[in-house]
Amino acid sequence: MTLLAFDWILLIEKLVLIAIIVFASLGIALYTTFAERKVAAVLQDRPGPNRAGPFGLFQPFADGLKLIMKEEIIPNSSNKVLFVLGPILAMTAALMTCAVIPWSSHLEMFGRSIDLQVADINIGILYIFGVVSMGVYGIMIGGWASNNKFSLMAALRGASQAISYELAMGLSLIAVLMISGSLSLKTIVDQQMAPGAHWNIVYQPLGFLIFFICAMAECNRTPFDLPEAENELNFGYHQEYSSMKLGFYLFAEYVNMIMSSAIMASIFFGGYDIPFLDESTLAPNVAALLGVLALLTKIVIFIFIFMWIRWTIPRFRYDQLMNLGWKTLIPLALFNMLVTGAVILWRQG
Amino acid sequence: MQALTNRSKTVGRKPMSFWERLYLPGILKGMAITFSHIFKKQPTVRYPEQKRPFSPVFRGLHVLNRDEEGRERCTACGLCAVACPAEAITMEAAERLPGEETLFREEKYAAKYEINMLRCIFCGLCEEACPKDAIYLSETFAPSNFTRKGFIYGKEELLIPDPKTDPEGYERAKGKHAPTTASPNNN
Repeated sequence: MTLLAFDWILLIEKLVLIAIIVFASLGIALYTTFAERKVAAVLQDRPGPNRAGPFGLFQPFADGLKLIMKEEIIPNSSNKVLFVLGPILAMTAALMTCAVIPWSSHLEMFGRSIDLQVADINIGILYIFGVVSMGVYGIMIGGWASNNKFSLMAALRGASQAISYELAMGLSLIAVLMISGSLSLKTIVDQQMAPGAHWNIVYQPLGFLIFFICAMAECNRTPFDLPEAENELNFGYHQEYSSMKLGFYLFAEYVNMIMSSAIMASIFFGGYDIPFLDESTLAPNVAALLGVLALLTKIVIFIFIFMWIRWTIPRFRYDQLMNLGWKTLIPLALFNMLVTGAVILWRQG
Repeated sequence: MQALTNRSKTVGRKPMSFWERLYLPGILKGMAITFSHIFKKQPTVRYPEQKRPFSPVFRGLHVLNRDEEGRERCTACGLCAVACPAEAITMEAAERLPGEETLFREEKYAAKYEINMLRCIFCGLCEEACPKDAIYLSETFAPSNFTRKGFIYGKEELLIPDPKTDPEGYERAKGKHAPTTASPNNN
């Protein structure tokens, strides 16, 4: 019978946490679309959307409503099952990442200590890589099921780009893992938070740069937005999609952006650590809430940088993309890994 | 070949240096440029709240004028319709009856006067053709409409408010208070 004894409150606690995180991510993604348009506007000396509500703040809802009201079209020549599966996969894979991100330390509530992380699994980073690779299926399946040459081209590009950049991404992280000695994101963040410890960016600036570039490529953001290159492939892999299925694809891109920002913040920038402040001196609940704010601030800064780069740099050509991935980033990541390993060995004496 | 503007730059074909091939300095430079644009003044005119001033010679929506006693000046002579290159103006004349002297300036007047704003090219030839100073182009433009019919402006849309009963509306229709691009003493 003891095997069946189960902490039901834990289940409820995790479900509530999942619901909060998923809806918060979607809400942030909603406003990221708005922020993207605003950032694009101010970088180009325009006011941006400012009609719906004060400062145009209701614009994302208007956009969402527009997408929902549009006619749902499934092309006759498409593979119906895969056509519907594509956006579902893209969205699911984007949202699944948030399970292992430590949003903050823990809350003391109802006499329980509630971890603000859905699952502290000891293979957190491995899990993220697995899920991120699944996101490629969303692009592949969507592009293939559309039965349209432009979509197929985009899907091919997306898949090859994701595979090429995942390699460098993984290699750049290995150096960090050698320092931390753990795959759990919680452990990595805690190590950076410990008194006297520095953020991993101090030890791994090159690794961060490689990871950042690869994250941009994984999110299909400009300058790596070859899968959806508007002026070459019309609209890329989601060309045949309409209504909310298109919305899911567009939304998944923004959710991906938030998640990769959160991962970058956690691995390289101390996660929910507030710089120059010893959190252990604060009450645990205050520290946890401030930690969430700190992580969100870091995420917002990263998202802004993503957008800033998007509205600055033109798209890579396909051969440039492949050259950068295979001939520059992977050797650099390997070099970074070797140097890190050598330094660790030397310090161990 | 001689350069037209002296602004052309010869493109260097020498291979990029190591610093240039790093790309990152170039990218950072570009990002600094875009960032500096956040603080630039936006040239946008936020239209319905903010209106751009027109020049004093702007040719906008037509106004059928009245004289200082509030009588309609138009005598339906049809010269404007003849002058109109877009054939946008039609009118019907009527004879002034005894007792209508306060309404119409001369014995003949326009019972119906229509301008199709979709045809009109706002050239101002009607204004030049009019011997009675009865029609001129104001400093506003035709607002949007849901139907084509809505763009055929009749007398009730075109006629200027009576200066006796509604002097403010009269002045506004004349456009004396609207800001223009001209200097104030020029107006």
